[in-house]
Amino acid sequence: MPSIIEAFQSQVGRKILTGVTGVLLVFFIIFHLAGNLAIFGEPDAMNSYSHFLHELGPLLWIARIGLLAIFVIHAWIGISIWLKKRKARPVNYNVYSSKGGPSKQGLSSRSMTFTGVVLLIFVIFHVNTFALGDMGTAELADGTQVHDIKTLVLDTFQNPLYAFGYTFVMILLGAHLGHGIWSAFTSLTVKSKKASAVIYTIGIIAAVVLAVGFLFIPLYIYFGGGCEAALIHCN
Amino acid sequence: MSEMTINLKIWRQKNEDDPGRFEEYKLPGVNEHMSFLEMLDVLNEKLIKEDKDPVEFDYDCREGICGSCNLVINGRAHGPKHKTAVCQLHMRTYNDGDTIVIEPPRAAAFPVIRDLVVDRTAFDRIIEAGGYVSVKTGAAPEANLIPVPREISEESFDYATCIGCGACVAACPNSSAALFTGAKIAHLNLLPQGTPEREKRTLAMVEQMEKEGFGDCSNYAECEAVCPVGISISSIAQMRKDYMKAVF
Repeated sequence: MPSIIEAFQSQVGRKILTGVTGVLLVFFIIFHLAGNLAIFGEPDAMNSYSHFLHELGPLLWIARIGLLAIFVIHAWIGISIWLKKRKARPVNYNVYSSKGGPSKQGLSSRSMTFTGVVLLIFVIFHVNTFALGDMGTAELADGTQVHDIKTLVLDTFQNPLYAFGYTFVMILLGAHLGHGIWSAFTSLTVKSKKASAVIYTIGIIAAVVLAVGFLFIPLYIYFGGGCEAALIHCN
Repeated sequence: MSEMTINLKIWRQKNEDDPGRFEEYKLPGVNEHMSFLEMLDVLNEKLIKEDKDPVEFDYDCREGICGSCNLVINGRAHGPKHKTAVCQLHMRTYNDGDTIVIEPPRAAAFPVIRDLVVDRTAFDRIIEAGGYVSVKTGAAPEANLIPVPREISEESFDYATCIGCGACVAACPNSSAALFTGAKIAHLNLLPQGTPEREKRTLAMVEQMEKEGFGDCSNYAECEAVCPVGISISSIAQMRKDYMKAVF
């Protein structure tokens, strides 16, 4: 009888961990997108949301450490599966193609490692740009001095490199989720054919909605000109 | 009856240590009613008459039930047709002048013995680890002594149809044996006769699968697409479920 740690190191255990961490990461990006949408709210909605998160204190640190652990486990298993795959088939096929039908092989599923690694590098870059970026201060309606994340976002996406770079990575995020959401639920032992088909469709829709939701903001800021854009209210 | 000329590009390898290479053959007089294996028989007769080494390939029943044949044809395990083993694939699927590339299933856990024949005893060892039920031998018990709900017996039987050909491993981009192992575990675990050894079986077979050097499952579902008997990836879900139940 393996211990729980040993069990999660087995092929089956690793897959279940990938599924659990994947689902948790999907929940995180849903919250993240909801938070981003604050940029379209009242002039200080985004800064007061960011201030609210900072005020959580130790809770925020628990969330950050938890999120980091989830992310690292998910990425580590993904990369180790890819490394093992090369060992499991040392001589490749000369000709290889999918048989179609029930197969879920496609651009999205075959590029999971690539899109995953790009996302991993992106997240490091993204945290450095926004969470650790150089921010001025802004004043909320009640006079509180807070970090001015909103101006940083508006300034950053005036740069075409950032605006289009983020857009490209968010398309890759959509591709990752296109196979990932269904795959996570399949790993979490969804068995019925009907449920699987429904999850597959929902997964694709969710992937498109999330990717478009995320990439809309940098593109809108870039083309709308930040504070001049109709949907963005500045003081 | 139309006759075709088929261009074959076949993997030739003397033994496990030989790096192997492709050899090309032009085979005239292929009858559309021939099975794929009969076409290879005709090629081998021709090679023997020319005093050359025939192409080694696995087969036994030639009626799609034994799981011996397992060729990767133009990059697809068992060829282009769904739910069809190579021996049940017919040359009418192809056209005159077609080029067909034939390779062995490629996986570290299935070392090449010669040409297109690979050693699939890794599967036997997975079965030995727990793919059985321990019963007292003696007179056969009354068949209806242990009631089994119809849905359960149907589902279990669906998994029991696995013929162990290894196409799932051949087609999986990761060379995973999750479909085979899942089918063998689910087949026995679902039935009352398999219940007493359920946890032990699941843990042992999963452990053996890993030891043999098969890759991880990434839910590509390509295994289900190439399976000559159409085993569903729901068997893999059942294996994961039973594995978690065994651990917790």
